[in-house]
Amino acid sequence: MAAVTLRGIRKTLGPNLILRGIDLSLTKGEFAVLVGPSGCGKSTLLRTVAGLEEPDSGTIVLGDRDVTRSPPRDRDIAMVFQSYALYPHLTVRDNLAFGLKLRGVDPKEIASRVSEVARMLTIEALLDRFPREMSGGQRQRVAMGRAVVRRPQLFLFDEPLSNLDAALRAQVRVEIKRLHASLGATMLYVTHDQVEAMTLADRLVVLRAGSVEQEGPPLEVYQRPASRFVAGFLGSPAMNFFNGSIDATGRFAEAPGLRVSVDPARFATLPPGRPVLIGVRPHDVIPDPDGAIDLHVEVVEPMGFEAYAHGTVGGVAFVARLDGDAALPRPGERLPLRVHASSVHLFDPTTERSLDPGRS
Amino acid sequence: MSRRTPWWIELLVHAALLTAVAFALYPVLWVVTLALSPSGTPSPRALPWPEAFSLDNFRAVTLQHDAAGRWLFGRQLFNSVFVAVATAVTSVALATPAAYAMARMRFVGDRAGMRVLLATQMFPGVATAVPLYVILDGLRLLDTRAGLVLVYATTALPFAMFQLRGAFEAIPRELEEAAMVDGATRWQAFFKVVLPAARPAIAVTCLFAFMSAWNEFILAATFLSHEDAFTLPVALQRYVGEHDAAWGRFAAGAMVVSVPVMAVFYAVQRHLVGGLTAGSVKG
Repeated sequence: MAAVTLRGIRKTLGPNLILRGIDLSLTKGEFAVLVGPSGCGKSTLLRTVAGLEEPDSGTIVLGDRDVTRSPPRDRDIAMVFQSYALYPHLTVRDNLAFGLKLRGVDPKEIASRVSEVARMLTIEALLDRFPREMSGGQRQRVAMGRAVVRRPQLFLFDEPLSNLDAALRAQVRVEIKRLHASLGATMLYVTHDQVEAMTLADRLVVLRAGSVEQEGPPLEVYQRPASRFVAGFLGSPAMNFFNGSIDATGRFAEAPGLRVSVDPARFATLPPGRPVLIGVRPHDVIPDPDGAIDLHVEVVEPMGFEAYAHGTVGGVAFVARLDGDAALPRPGERLPLRVHASSVHLFDPTTERSLDPGRS
Repeated sequence: MSRRTPWWIELLVHAALLTAVAFALYPVLWVVTLALSPSGTPSPRALPWPEAFSLDNFRAVTLQHDAAGRWLFGRQLFNSVFVAVATAVTSVALATPAAYAMARMRFVGDRAGMRVLLATQMFPGVATAVPLYVILDGLRLLDTRAGLVLVYATTALPFAMFQLRGAFEAIPRELEEAAMVDGATRWQAFFKVVLPAARPAIAVTCLFAFMSAWNEFILAATFLSHEDAFTLPVALQRYVGEHDAAWGRFAAGAMVVSVPVMAVFYAVQRHLVGGLTAGSVKG
């Protein structure tokens, strides 16, 4: 049985159509990440599931209950806010107990659940502190604890890591993953950070302008993006794109300064001369004296274990990832590169959808 | 890099500050002197220091009884306390939900309403004295505490709403949303989360309303004609009449009236600072 089913969710805020009919269904215990650029509607969608916004049309089913018109308190969900939203006048202990008290849970039961969660998140030493007396990372844990202690059937996360510094973010990311594993709960997580999206998700849902652009396991979405948008959004540095066409043999795609093989398993049906948008990830190129990608190196960024060579191919900006310990090219040099056919992505230049029939 | 301020600049700053303090305190010291002087008449000396100490003025003021032998001062003190507390409670009780609605909800006339409320603050209170007198007379509320509370609470309401709206706007909306997801109704979210978070601002607003009622003289003098119904400022004024000016008692009375306000101020000053910064600094 699906834990969450969204059908045709539409939402306008003022004159703006924020959600254009979202269909989404999560199985029990699934960790789904909604990702997309700011303004794509991901937070609005999450708030709609929470009951903080009411959809104009569509239905929201949690478990077997239609909660589309139910207030948040009747949905059996918990939410972790970007700003943590801890109650400033309550201690950590009372923050954790707040929801249980409202629901009339037995005080002994509350005490034991609060201490259990405090142990799980190692915030036992903070129980008598007020939110203002804690660091950002500690507040973040308390905010998660407040969600966990309720044992809801669905957890919602609204960019919970974006107020933390980079080191802490990586640490809490792992902790959230561990939490998900130990609770086995269904989670819906919103972020604009592709690293969080890739690492946390069982299922990645890429939103664009209020519609689902692509959804699936994160690696599948990364390796076989359904559109130029998804291809460019996931991966850092971003994918390189070229306007080109299929050559006379039908076995290669060409653009000025570049000639790459076309994977017959994916793009068998493309006729010679067809205009295509060619996509190549920086991580998929390998220096090769016989390579058919002709990179004019302008800037080299050594990162230690790897290096990025920035330059142009046929006048188009291009980034290549190189091994850090290899002899690095110098600015002004030419660096021939090759790419494996399976790593070449082809899109329709006008629709920008993938030309991979299994994808588009 | 910080450099120490030269000594002569510090000296100048302190001299300027001390002058300002003396300027502010000199009249107050005179009041104290007058209150403690048995003669109770202003002397032509420059230094505010009583020639002889005596508490006679305080005794005369606080122990004053009326012709029937009832303790008049006690009754007037009760009037003042009752009116000031009731004003604070009434205006804040009305302003709190109104300000919350103005801060959080969109409705027809929400902005215009606040503008009109603030515009009423530009008229001096006295301008309404005559119509208010007529209204209170019609309601048979002249010479009553209820009448004064009604007038004071109405006057204090716009500013209280303005102040509290700012406080509610400073409270992040997510706090209420978190409470509602946690299982609260909108009312519970308001009472259990928003109100406690706004407590400093509410305390400050209460204090302002209390003080405005406690110190108000002109309207009280207009609406009250029986000694029994007087608030302390009106009673005080009677010491300095057309034929006889008991400055000593007036000064002693002035001190008795200001001490409670100072005490309240002292008690809530921690909240006061919190409340004044609550709107400007995000927590």
